[in-house]
Amino acid sequence: MKKLRFATLWLDGCSGCHMSLLDLDQRLLDLADMVDFVYSPLVDVKIFPEGVDVACVEGAVSSAEDEEKLRMVRRRTGLLIALGDCAVTGNIPAMRNVLGGQKILQGVYLEREHLNAQIPASHLPALNEHALPLHRFVPVDFFIPGCPPSADTLFAALGALVAGRAVDLPALTRFGA
Amino acid sequence: MTPIPPHPPETAQTLNLTINGRQVSAQAGETILEAARANDIFIPTLCFLEGLSAQGSCRLCMVEIAGSAKLHPACVTRIQEGMEVTTETERLRDYRRNIIELLFSERNHVCAVCVASGHCELQDLASELGVDHISFPCRYPTLAVDASHRRFVLDHNRCILCTRCVRVCAEIEGAHTWDVKNRGIRSLIMADFDAPWGDSETCTGCGKCVHVCPTGALFEKGLAVAEMRKQRPALPTLVANRATEQR
Repeated sequence: MKKLRFATLWLDGCSGCHMSLLDLDQRLLDLADMVDFVYSPLVDVKIFPEGVDVACVEGAVSSAEDEEKLRMVRRRTGLLIALGDCAVTGNIPAMRNVLGGQKILQGVYLEREHLNAQIPASHLPALNEHALPLHRFVPVDFFIPGCPPSADTLFAALGALVAGRAVDLPALTRFGA
Repeated sequence: MTPIPPHPPETAQTLNLTINGRQVSAQAGETILEAARANDIFIPTLCFLEGLSAQGSCRLCMVEIAGSAKLHPACVTRIQEGMEVTTETERLRDYRRNIIELLFSERNHVCAVCVASGHCELQDLASELGVDHISFPCRYPTLAVDASHRRFVLDHNRCILCTRCVRVCAEIEGAHTWDVKNRGIRSLIMADFDAPWGDSETCTGCGKCVHVCPTGALFEKGLAVAEMRKQRPALPTLVANRATEQR
């Protein structure tokens, strides 16, 4: 059987969901038997390839760059999974939404910094007013809530996906789990 | 808020009805929710709490009754002879999921950093009803956190306006410190005549409101994420014991 081409993407999140993936420990070998890791912050590939079967996206969409990446991944991927609360609900990055992007930058970089206070601008994408979940921009096929979803949850979900089995996700994880 | 009058014992008449096709009997005057719970039939609830007056505002306990096109809130609908009640249909599940999603979208519910995570009825219901994302755009309102009380905090960001705190304070503690101000989407829980909680002249500091609150809107000071374990007081027992003492 041809292995599934599997990718992960990291947008506005803390990388905790990717840490959960690493927490699979020796089961990473089982995962490697099931899928080909074709793109991820965890592997040394620079360009998101065409023809990806499954992509897990961690993090909220917080900038035009995030949105562009997400749309590109959506175009090149069969099944798109929102991985973790930031991708699913906005979660921690979205806590700034009550203030807006500009106000939070001012609060962090100008009002609390006394030496050479400035908002970093060069080589950084501009922050959107709101950090938003993936499904506000592109259709999402599966949602895996959790902050972060545990390694067990990820293994059960990905294992079921590869095997074409159903999985009772609410029994494994929830918002904030 | 009119409390449901107590069941008249002299007319303790047994009525027969079906819930999800199952024959059950219950006393006349009981609600569909009471009859269902007595027969281990689960109906999700949020604003309802045993021992407080039922107000039927959260609409999670809506059920279908044969012969009626509209849905009925189980917590405030009395049973009738021959009633055929259905508590689980795709339509009801959809509405219930919508309600949970709307509650999440209305204020700033961030389970990952909430004191009540793991002990929250909103979070639990999302899980039980299979709400795995919020399909509606969220509002992100700017809301205050009132930390003026010596021991407790009111965080409007997590409040779902179930009014359990209002009812427990008025009906059980007898202080009526809490009430609701404004209307519609601008409604907020307030202490006294909109005083900071710490300045309230009526609050006895009993903490019942904190423990009946289904979410992290009311919590004890000094607790971190997931540390606010709510101890739901046994309100019917409390009330029954008090009635005995008064004699």
